[in-house]
Amino acid sequence: MKRTLLLAAAIAFAALVEPAALSAADWPQFRGPNTDCVSTDTQLPVELAPENIAWKTTLPGRGLSAPIVVAGRVILTCSSGPLQERLHVLCYNAADGTLRWHRQFWTTGRTMCHDKTSVAASTPASDGKHIVALFSSNDMACLDLEGNLRWFRGITRDYPNVSNSLGMAASPVWVDQTIVAQVENDSESYCLGIDPASGRNRWKLNRPIGANWTSPLILRESSRNLVVLQSKSGLDAIDARTGKAAWSYTDGASTIPSSVSDGETLFAVSQGITALRPSASGPPSQLWRSGQLTPATASPVVHGGRLYTLNNAGVLSCGKTVDGARLWQLRLKGPFSGTPLVAGKHLYCVGEKGHVQVVDTAAPEGKVVGELDLGEMLLATPAAADGALYVRSNTQLWKIARR
Amino acid sequence: MKSWAAAVGLPLFFASCQAPDGAPPAKASPLAGPIGSLRAVDAEGRGNEQAAAAWETLSKAGMEALPELLGAMDGANELAANWLRAAVDAVVEREGRAGRALPVAALEAFLKETRHDPRARRLAFELIQRADAPKADALIAGMADDPSVELRRDAVGRLLSNAQSQQKVGRTAEAAAEFETALRSARDLDQINSAAMQLRQLGKSVDLSRHFGFLTHWKVAGPFDNTERKGFASVYPPEQEIQLAAKYPGKTGQASWVELVAADEYGKVNINDAFGPLKEATAYAYSEFVTDKARPCELRLACKNAWKVWVNSKLVFGRDEYHRGTRIDHYRLPAQLERGRNTILVKLCQNEQKETWTVEWEFQLRVCDATGTAILAADRLPTPAPKPTTRKPETK
Repeated sequence: MKRTLLLAAAIAFAALVEPAALSAADWPQFRGPNTDCVSTDTQLPVELAPENIAWKTTLPGRGLSAPIVVAGRVILTCSSGPLQERLHVLCYNAADGTLRWHRQFWTTGRTMCHDKTSVAASTPASDGKHIVALFSSNDMACLDLEGNLRWFRGITRDYPNVSNSLGMAASPVWVDQTIVAQVENDSESYCLGIDPASGRNRWKLNRPIGANWTSPLILRESSRNLVVLQSKSGLDAIDARTGKAAWSYTDGASTIPSSVSDGETLFAVSQGITALRPSASGPPSQLWRSGQLTPATASPVVHGGRLYTLNNAGVLSCGKTVDGARLWQLRLKGPFSGTPLVAGKHLYCVGEKGHVQVVDTAAPEGKVVGELDLGEMLLATPAAADGALYVRSNTQLWKIARR
Repeated sequence: MKSWAAAVGLPLFFASCQAPDGAPPAKASPLAGPIGSLRAVDAEGRGNEQAAAAWETLSKAGMEALPELLGAMDGANELAANWLRAAVDAVVEREGRAGRALPVAALEAFLKETRHDPRARRLAFELIQRADAPKADALIAGMADDPSVELRRDAVGRLLSNAQSQQKVGRTAEAAAEFETALRSARDLDQINSAAMQLRQLGKSVDLSRHFGFLTHWKVAGPFDNTERKGFASVYPPEQEIQLAAKYPGKTGQASWVELVAADEYGKVNINDAFGPLKEATAYAYSEFVTDKARPCELRLACKNAWKVWVNSKLVFGRDEYHRGTRIDHYRLPAQLERGRNTILVKLCQNEQKETWTVEWEFQLRVCDATGTAILAADRLPTPAPKPTTRKPETK
């Protein structure tokens, strides 16, 4: 039996270390393939009406983690129970919303969090064949796309002071066959580089002490991928495989909205927005800094030479990426917790009061060209894949598509 | 699981494997090996590769394997329990789609054996509920005092509902009796509050502090310094020796031990009442707990300030976090009580923040078992009369 098990283990884990199998149509992690909330999908619905709801399904628990979409599956996490001690990982068929599989786990870490957030706050990540789900209790489960469990970690069980009494929210990223998870807080504050094959640490970095809800940003450079870790101290770009620092920016940064990149310039949520040009040989150089584009909770998005941010009043600001000059502002039905998603000239803004608003960013002052009231509090960042937008609340998951 | 624990625990587990009806197994189960691999997982991902392969095997088992998979959770660590739970989910999902029925009788037998892991029993109940809701409904009625807090919650919910029905038709004596039963069994805050509120409306007195087992009588010493949050790591004299008559050099003069009573029915001990609303200060709270037998317990602490807790001079845990929020039973701290007098020392650090929501310098601490049932000290003093307050009941 032992030999059989070892052989099976070898086969099972060989699958885990194969090159990524993501399709261009997938939305594999928080803020999408490039952690920038940009979709290349040209078939997303624009003029929204209830008839655009292709399907919706009732969830077994609450959460503000975003859905991810991989190989025709929509994967989502929830938490339930009086103290949110039951964790759920759900996989639905994207085509019709039917449930493919549902796995439940018991928390091993603390579940205390602010009433507005939930234990299911972090968005799962995928390499195209597997998914990893992280929760505020710092429990982490890796499953394949059929729901087979590959490993389970209790990070607070491993490091008992990894927790945040307001709730943790950083989403992991899966890059260079490494899962990068920021579990930063006021006490034991780490970033872990986890081997997807075994669930063990490849590396473990001490991180600045302090609560931090930002998520890693992937910087895809010609010769390497870097992961940018944000904290109150600034930004640290690291090599995902080794955890070794490539460069640091030490002028401070937000601990809620995460920075974004257009592939050339990094727009750090630091003293408003600070535009940085990464360098292969040293720290990034500062291009400009603007206090006119300061985001609130939602992260900025960048596309087509424009940077978009949402402030506390629900006002969308559009600025030029070249110099940070603000071009226009548009009041939306906010406030916003989820980060907007951009596809072509349209910006999809999901407001806390239940409104999905589509903004035509090519209009001179920006213009709302589509709106759908889903009637529930919406805190999660949407996902986009195969011509559809996926939006979740504490009770429902919706697929919104063209009729 | 540490290697010694694996060496001792696994043979014990397999030796104790029994059929759901309590009869010894006729022969070693073919699932014993894979189950052993799941039970061997441990910290920082150790054992995951072997467990993944074993999980594949277990997930292909038939419905008849469910009692064995559930039974394997007995004594398993939390990680292994989750591996096993996922295997149960996978078996039920696959076999259910193939049209195979859940083994309800075997699951019921498993559920009724209260020696089994509470979470495993709850899972068995949920499977029964899925297959035969009326049966599950009938079973839950007798579970108000179950070791599983989740099963107990459903049973208490029914008691509360019944009591409310009695109240609606004017049967107040019956309603009060049922609310009292519900309160005795309730371990979740919302249900405790609901029963207590209804009883008070019916003119009954409720001692919430005693129900929870909050420690209400403390000696506190301070203030000591916590400038730049350095007090958390600093070792002040009370950490070295408890001398209730001693005086120490403190932050604002001499520090000595003074009485502080939690006149709050949720056991909140407000350090500001002893020393004023100080910032960048450290205090210690000390209490004794007499018990007639040695036993494991949980100290359950709620605190928004940085804290450390010692039981019988042994550090149990500490956390250096300020004003991020708290709730009753925020921290569950397993500890060991010795027969006779036990000492409990709590260190509480207040930081430099000036916002109105950072004034709180307080904690709640109770002693209970793993289900949240209060363990009361043999010499517990009467609960202090609550101070008049406009504060709403604790809701989290």
